[in-house]
Amino acid sequence: MTMPLLSVQNLTKTFPIQTGLFGRPSSVVRAVDRVSLTLERAETLGVVGESGCGKTTLGRCILRLIEPTEGTILFDGVDVSTLGRLELRTLRRKMQIVFQDPFSSLNPRMTVGAAVKEGILIHQIAEGAAADRRVQSLFEEVGLNPAYVSRYPHEFSGGQRQRIGIARALSVEPTFIVCDEAVSALDVSVQAQVINLLQDLQRERGLTYLFIAHDLSVVEHIADRVAVMYLGKIVELGPAEAVYRDPIMPYTQALLSAVPIPDPTARRTRIVLQGDPPSPADPPPGCVFFSRCQHPAKDAACTQTVPPLEEKTPDHFAACIKQPSTLR
Amino acid sequence: MADLTPLLRVADLRTYFYDGDAVARAVDGVSFEIRRGETVGIVGESGSGKSVTALSLLRLIRPPGQIEPGSRIEFEGQDLLSLDADAIRAIRGQRIAMIFQEPMSALNPVLTVGDQVAEVVRVHTKLSRKEAWERAVEMLALTGIPAARERATQYPHQLSGGMRQRVMIAMALVMHPALVIADEPTTALDVTIQAQILELLHDLQEKLGMSILLITHDLGVVAEMAERVIVMYGGEVVEEASVGELFADARHPYTQGLMRAMPQLGAPHERLLTIPGVVPAPTAWPSGCRFRDRCEYAWDRCAQEHPPLYQIGTAHVSRCHLEDEPARRLTRTTPLAARTGQGTA
Repeated sequence: MTMPLLSVQNLTKTFPIQTGLFGRPSSVVRAVDRVSLTLERAETLGVVGESGCGKTTLGRCILRLIEPTEGTILFDGVDVSTLGRLELRTLRRKMQIVFQDPFSSLNPRMTVGAAVKEGILIHQIAEGAAADRRVQSLFEEVGLNPAYVSRYPHEFSGGQRQRIGIARALSVEPTFIVCDEAVSALDVSVQAQVINLLQDLQRERGLTYLFIAHDLSVVEHIADRVAVMYLGKIVELGPAEAVYRDPIMPYTQALLSAVPIPDPTARRTRIVLQGDPPSPADPPPGCVFFSRCQHPAKDAACTQTVPPLEEKTPDHFAACIKQPSTLR
Repeated sequence: MADLTPLLRVADLRTYFYDGDAVARAVDGVSFEIRRGETVGIVGESGSGKSVTALSLLRLIRPPGQIEPGSRIEFEGQDLLSLDADAIRAIRGQRIAMIFQEPMSALNPVLTVGDQVAEVVRVHTKLSRKEAWERAVEMLALTGIPAARERATQYPHQLSGGMRQRVMIAMALVMHPALVIADEPTTALDVTIQAQILELLHDLQEKLGMSILLITHDLGVVAEMAERVIVMYGGEVVEEASVGELFADARHPYTQGLMRAMPQLGAPHERLLTIPGVVPAPTAWPSGCRFRDRCEYAWDRCAQEHPPLYQIGTAHVSRCHLEDEPARRLTRTTPLAARTGQGTA
């Protein structure tokens, strides 16, 4: 087997929450808690979970937009976690991000053409007329009229801005893109256009995606494998089909059963979870999902030790010490 | 069972916004009814006019916007558009209440949540401070807030997103209104919390018997909650049907497009079908059919003649000339917006 494009080991990010006397952090939130994952070339790994589960922090730590507290990140054989500023900048050519709200990531006083050209110039990929031609062809590639290069961000709709964000990410010819809720703010009809675009680009350019989203249907559609996060941890990881069809973790089962289905005749068992997730500043001992878990066999053993992420069926991992109980 | 006299009757509602010479016809001739105890969903994308419709019902439109003369909103037999400011204020919160998307921006950060619910009671009744507080605590408990008496003394920032939405619901329902307008009530919430809130609305409707007007962009939420669905596009109703009929037999090309564009759990991983182009600006709706630039069936009639709402079944209408010329369903063409590459979203 070839080496994965990205290999993350025990990635942890803690944030101090209270500053005590002399500015010392008196406690910490473990936003990302010992996460390990790999990504093969041209693969899409979906990361799902509810707000506060750490999925966005995970994506940013991998790019070192947020400095991880611990752990290693191997990208294409290079240890990203120890790189200095300059080397990191070179590497950023290969690793890009597309944000949820492209509007807030675009400078309102810069034409969108200039915004896309910026990376090309900084990384000395092309200059002068050649850079302009590159911007025009990127616009065409993402489905924007190349004549729009001289317009400003406010002149575009949400879907068009997201296309600009994608063109900007592509401008430096990355191999890996973190899509952080990249289609979440878009209307259904426009969202489908952008999802198709991302898939076309992946096929044409062999891109690798870490696709972070809270919308489970979108992730099922786009991802090859899926990681489910809860309170900073990956609690289930596996091929998308296996995770969606035979979820092992009671949390994943509840999450999937909560998605409203656009079919009024659909009959199914819904698990309505009680309460909210516990505070990440004060996680419970043992299994973090224990307080809301509906597993019939849950008992005191669950609160003794943190359940490790184990391979339950080939390539399908889950962090639950009990035998999987099926819903259907 | 729903009583058959309509609780709310909206006829030819037009809400326009004026900016110099430009007129944004955000809501442009909308008519519908809601019966007692019924849940009606309004579905549409941004710019369809669904939220402005909701605000118009409560007369919450401020200049430069106005509800145009000739519009009619009848509620419990009263003409809401002819009421004076005091009379409409008495109806708001008491007979018609609203639940907003973002509880954090709709709640007052410096008042306890109990006080905020009690204030609604005090505005609409002569109850004492203490009695109003008791009503508030009762209502908070009814929305499933654990230890409601203690929670009532807390401030919004001390509660989770789901709890805040429960407080919003308590505020909306404490006067037992006949109609609740819920504008994207679960859009800002996580999916497991959304499931809790939708279940709560269901339970409360059974207990209190109110009608719900549910405004959402999520076809899944509509399928689970609504009995009847109104699809809006370009400030107009383009299709209306019972929820069963709409999902089994959507007729308008826009409704069909929306359903196909949505990724669905368990669906085969085929390329998503899209609707090309974007919703046009409300200052410049196309002539004839407002969807024609994006429609794969559009022909010359669609540019010349504004389609009426064609009756399909007893309670199913669609604003599309295909109902008059059904053979046209066999000829599809590339929509104009895709052909010109213009307005790609």
